[in-house]
Amino acid sequence: MQGNIACAEGALAAGCSFFGGYPITPSTEVAEHMARILPKKGGTFIQMEDELASISSIIGASWAGARSMTATSGPGFSLMMENIGYAVMTETPIVIVNIQRGGPSTGQPTMGAQGDMMQCRFGSHGDYSTIALVPSTVQEMFDLTAKAFNLADRFRCPVFLMSDEIIGHMREKVTIPEEVDIIRRRPLKEGKLPFEPEDDMIPGFPEFGKGYRVHVTGLTHDERGYPEATNCELHSELVTRLVNKIESKRHEIADYDIINPQAEIVFITYGPPGRAVRQLMHDYSDLEIGHLNLRIVWPFPEKVLKEFPNASKFIVPELNMGQMAREIQRHTSIEVESLPKIGGEMHTPDELFRAMGGDS
Amino acid sequence: MKSVEDWYRHDRMPHIFCTGCGNGTVINCTLEAVMQMGWDIDNTIFISGIGCSSRSPGYITTDSLHTTHGRALAFATGVKLAKPEFDVVVFTGDGDLSAIGGNHFIHACRRNINMTVICMNNMIYGMTGGQGSPCTPAGAISTTTPYGATEPVFDLARLAEASGANYSARWTAYHVKELTKAIKVGMEIPGFSFIEAMTQCPTSYGRRNKLRTTTSMLEYMRDNAVLLNKAKRMEAEGRELSPGRFTVGEFVKRFRPALGVVKDEE
Repeated sequence: MQGNIACAEGALAAGCSFFGGYPITPSTEVAEHMARILPKKGGTFIQMEDELASISSIIGASWAGARSMTATSGPGFSLMMENIGYAVMTETPIVIVNIQRGGPSTGQPTMGAQGDMMQCRFGSHGDYSTIALVPSTVQEMFDLTAKAFNLADRFRCPVFLMSDEIIGHMREKVTIPEEVDIIRRRPLKEGKLPFEPEDDMIPGFPEFGKGYRVHVTGLTHDERGYPEATNCELHSELVTRLVNKIESKRHEIADYDIINPQAEIVFITYGPPGRAVRQLMHDYSDLEIGHLNLRIVWPFPEKVLKEFPNASKFIVPELNMGQMAREIQRHTSIEVESLPKIGGEMHTPDELFRAMGGDS
Repeated sequence: MKSVEDWYRHDRMPHIFCTGCGNGTVINCTLEAVMQMGWDIDNTIFISGIGCSSRSPGYITTDSLHTTHGRALAFATGVKLAKPEFDVVVFTGDGDLSAIGGNHFIHACRRNINMTVICMNNMIYGMTGGQGSPCTPAGAISTTTPYGATEPVFDLARLAEASGANYSARWTAYHVKELTKAIKVGMEIPGFSFIEAMTQCPTSYGRRNKLRTTTSMLEYMRDNAVLLNKAKRMEAEGRELSPGRFTVGEFVKRFRPALGVVKDEE
């Protein structure tokens, strides 16, 4: 199965019933598959006029109660930034798939990249936090897309599947489970105001049409949902909560694999470079090589770096010019070596071997 | 439901609209039409973008979505298609709808999606203090057209008609009865219904254009509105509307297949 199809299948398995999208290489197969399958399942597929409209439509659908998603790539992702902030501020669960390609601008439409990792974390204006999942296999395309919906519903925020052309267009064997875990958003409790948080800092969801009579606005708002745009304390409290409701759970929701934690040289990867590390470890099975492969990159679970007590160096191969390497460096005193690669090709195991100081 | 008052969100008062603003009139006309339709508060969704007009849903006690600038129709498309049984009304303004939201406007009309869209056209960006919009008449003074607007205006009602909407009408905040009726007809017709309501903005428009008072702005709308039928007769006689005058009436009413129509409504 192709990666992009596995993504769509993962969404369908998770109960996604609304897809709003706009064609863009290399993500289009996600939309095409949803266009084929969703109407047969009683869901809605709509091709909007642009990516501004795509993300708007899925936010609207989410308030009407649907699990909704869109899929895009760099240029479309840039257009979505405004309403990513709106989804953050209004605490709207949505899933955004970014099948990354080479940028900036139109760049390399058919080539893989991981250049949007910082954009997905910081791209919209204002302070916020977010959740980003990164698959390194086609199986993970399925699994992590399904998981993204549960995280979006639980944390009431936009959740990103930050894949890329390489995994999106890769074909691998996928095992589709009989059913996937579906944990839907918690409804607003009786007696609570529409945006009054519970103990976990997350308010229950006042779905449209259920009699809550909620007013939803991107303006700074109080717990009733009413605009209070010049109240300094309120703004500070609201935005701090929006950040902390995610950041305070970063170690609980962390998702990663650790191999050879006693190693001195440790590769840290997410997405396609993890495959090259796995091949390297296979090719040089006599070498002690440590590997941390992250499936959730944001929020960054910095405590995981302590799982490598003997580490003398973290090597971070990325399909960008070192975006996560910088994030990792700020959490550790251990040397972090960035191994950037752009242009569209993956790191080869030999390149990784040479980065370890090996002679190939 | 006894009174329009029941539809207002009383704990949000007082509102932010300036003295003499026409938006309240348009909201009242809309709620009057909603009451005549017998719609249910808990099944009606008001959606808006950004601007003075877009603050309106905040004062109505239904579920409501105050979105980003220009995007109200795209949000509304998602709400309506996810739950077609909802009665969806969009409030927007001339800047929100025809400048930053122009693409969403023509595509929502083309899809002919079943909702009612009311554009409060005050010919200016009011919220930001009076900049020129695509509907600022030629010669009018705004903060960004200090020597008089030079660009031609969008005819929103005709744009909606040309783009495929099932219903399109234009009235003004002076023509309260006609406006209310047009909104109701729009709500009755399956498909995309567009009602342009010219409104007075004495604060940001009138003040700079020798229409400083509310009454002078209402008189301006009364005196410059030309019934569509009369305009057509004039056209047949080879006479043109003089500059500054505009047509009012029903531009199109048709029953083309529409998107987001619940089966038993057909």
